[in-house]
Amino acid sequence: MPLKAKRLSTTEYEENFSDIHPALTDTRAQVESNRCLYCYDAPCTKACPTSIDVPHFIKQISSGNIKGSAHTILSSNIMGGGCARVCPTEKLCEGACVLNGLHHEPIPIGLLQRHSTDLAFKNQWKLFDRKKPIGKKVAVVGAGPAGLACAHALSREGVDVTIFEKEQLSGGLMTYGIAAYKVTPQFCKEEVDYILSIGGIDVKYGHALGKDVTLEKLEADYAAVFLGMGLGNTRKLDIPGEDLKGVEDAISFIYDIRTNPSEKVAVGDKVAVIGMGMTAIDAATQSKRLGAGEVTMIYRRTKNEMPCTQKEFDLAMLDGCQVIWLASPKEIVGKDGAVTGIVCDEMTLGKPDASGRRAPEPTGKTVELDVDMVIKATGQIPFEGLFGKVELKNKGGKLAVNELRQTNREKIFAGGDCVNGGAEVVNAVQDGKDAARGILKLMGVANG
Amino acid sequence: MADLSTNFLGIKSPNPFWLASAPPTDKKFNTDRAFEAGWGGVVWKTLGDQVRNVSSRYGAVDFFGQKVMGLNNIELISDRPLDVNLKEIAATVREWPDRAIVISLMACTEREAWHDLVKRTQDTGCHGFELNFGCPHGMSERGMGSAVGQDPQIAAMIVEWVMEVAKIPVIVKLTPNVHSVVPAGQAVVKAGANALSLINTIQSVVGVDLDTLVPYPQVGGSSAFGGYCGPAVKPIALKFLTTIAQDPITNKVPISGIGGITTWRDAAEFILLGSTSVQVCTAAMKYGFRIIDDLNSGLSNWMDEKGYKTLDDFRGKSVEKITKWESLDLNYHIVANINQDTCIKCGLCYIACEDTSHQAINITKGDKQNKYEINEPECVGCNLCKLMCPVENCITMVEHPKGKYLNWAEFSQTDNGLQKFSPAASPTPNPNIHS
Repeated sequence: MPLKAKRLSTTEYEENFSDIHPALTDTRAQVESNRCLYCYDAPCTKACPTSIDVPHFIKQISSGNIKGSAHTILSSNIMGGGCARVCPTEKLCEGACVLNGLHHEPIPIGLLQRHSTDLAFKNQWKLFDRKKPIGKKVAVVGAGPAGLACAHALSREGVDVTIFEKEQLSGGLMTYGIAAYKVTPQFCKEEVDYILSIGGIDVKYGHALGKDVTLEKLEADYAAVFLGMGLGNTRKLDIPGEDLKGVEDAISFIYDIRTNPSEKVAVGDKVAVIGMGMTAIDAATQSKRLGAGEVTMIYRRTKNEMPCTQKEFDLAMLDGCQVIWLASPKEIVGKDGAVTGIVCDEMTLGKPDASGRRAPEPTGKTVELDVDMVIKATGQIPFEGLFGKVELKNKGGKLAVNELRQTNREKIFAGGDCVNGGAEVVNAVQDGKDAARGILKLMGVANG
Repeated sequence: MADLSTNFLGIKSPNPFWLASAPPTDKKFNTDRAFEAGWGGVVWKTLGDQVRNVSSRYGAVDFFGQKVMGLNNIELISDRPLDVNLKEIAATVREWPDRAIVISLMACTEREAWHDLVKRTQDTGCHGFELNFGCPHGMSERGMGSAVGQDPQIAAMIVEWVMEVAKIPVIVKLTPNVHSVVPAGQAVVKAGANALSLINTIQSVVGVDLDTLVPYPQVGGSSAFGGYCGPAVKPIALKFLTTIAQDPITNKVPISGIGGITTWRDAAEFILLGSTSVQVCTAAMKYGFRIIDDLNSGLSNWMDEKGYKTLDDFRGKSVEKITKWESLDLNYHIVANINQDTCIKCGLCYIACEDTSHQAINITKGDKQNKYEINEPECVGCNLCKLMCPVENCITMVEHPKGKYLNWAEFSQTDNGLQKFSPAASPTPNPNIHS
């Protein structure tokens, strides 16, 4: 059975891809904010890569100062609205909440953060002023979280920023690479509009680095360049059958979902998703939500080692996805050029590897699954050949930078996934902020 | 099972919990429901001249999500015709023979007016009177309520008038809108009052509407001072109660304790500080009469646990434990201890001590969490950290004795004392302790 679109009714699609977050009501936000102990030098803030002063913004909700609360959040993290939706909070702020130590439910920090930022966007609160232009121009490559955070921080200081973005919308993976039910297209647009509303940021859409614009020219024309273009496609499995019709890359699959009406995105009857990270979950759940009959996630280690959060895992389970643990793809089989199945080695866990996790080893046994679609979600690889003649130091394609996110070229800075190899939105935002500091320092502009 | 029965000057009730004179005791409908629920007694809402009330009548103080930490009201005395009230009271007395039924009274400062009111209400068969010398709003503007309670001479004069005709026990309800309740308490007891009750409400403004700029409660764009009650006033009530329970004139009569009583614990505290019965209003207004179940069972279980068979077994036991500050032992010393196993690293003890006290908690910064430890030599044993700590028994105060008992008077005689600053040697008496 070939891949097929239009498996569901319009209403079903709408339901499946609408916002799954139940936003807090005002009353619930009050109740939850009042539970916060207002810790000093709080563990939740320490756990946030952008160091949002969590107890402070929560107390501001409690006192009824929502505008102040939004300012507290967005001053530390201009994508605080999106992060409120996509952050793995159970591993970060909420995981660090001291109430866990009392065996109480942690404060729903993500939802409270969303409460304040939603109101800021809805009311178009002007929380940041741009200083008078200082006559400095900086180029940013990629209008994703890192690029937007860097651009916003620079614009606040009066720097004129030009962002070169290969797509037609800003937001990067937030707009193109995350399940739509976590961050709806409408929200992504609102967030980007809010960030750009500060002024001084010109986004040139349809401008891909290495194609429409060269790094050499940017380096020559601008006072500094920030590279925040993220990563490319999913790494190859390097197994037979990978080129069969029906084998998809999770990043492209989610990109298709985010850029097309749901009824136009084809999906299989029986789908295998390789990997157990956040993107794998997004691919699996959205396959189900597009109407796939069976979705099976295949992971070579056990539940203890899975990179996704328990909350994300539960989401996949609630959507009816299945998992085969300790299975590693060996071969994708097909007929007439299309996928018909996947053969996996059954694995067992051996000694810890470099990541500290026990390394999976083949047992010699195999398991075969009848599938008509295979989605690879085993991590993205860096882009290649974007920089032309400019040589940037890197580790396996990941750009090497100092603590101010400066590369080996004085005027070129970088941050986000293209440096860290793929982390959270919140990490990218912090990189963008750090780079902005570095760029301001380079330009001799006092920060703040 | 402990015996909760109460005998207040011969006014008997199955438990010490009476509903205070207030809206919940304005009608037989309400008092029937209260007695069905199990309340021991009621003080019927104040009877007097015909009045008219306004709307709205209440304002509340909420605190970080907790509703009604304090409540204030600008409602006057009963606005129902006197004869309706009297009929209902008479019926209630007949129908609930084992409950205490006391009537609150208020009249203008005229002998005839009080005589008339006492005589008419006495015929209902009620068990006692409570003279309302405490209402701080509306009626006080007309020379009644707290205007009387604030003037011991007038209060005593009215009590004398009442005692001329009263055939049943007379309780005087004192106003807290004074620096001390003792002068008025002494005056009315000397004038013949059989008992005291306290506190009435505290004159207050509970807040201002930040949109309309009109304070609460609002009556057509205006407000007026209201009487404050509820949990927030309990500490003030306990203090006034203690001064009455310690005074050798006022402590000769029974006391009905009032002021923010919400749980059986509050009631036990009022009884430990000298109350014979306790009166409740705000808690009932917030939750309904059903709270009597826990008031009774909680108090009873605590008494069983402590081996008290009757309320008399522990009544007043805490009165003598409040002394003058100058009698406190300056050598009693405690030091905080943080249990690192139960500490959740919230840092609240640290910031309280560091910013507002004695810098006696050391912080060791960590990537994920900080560690907080007491710097014992700097700890003065103030107790603030323990109070701020959200974890039960995480911070404990450990005794570090400094020597034998030494009070202020003795200390001022020592070389280290401050006698050079107070050559008179005898310290100024505490105006709140009347001995």
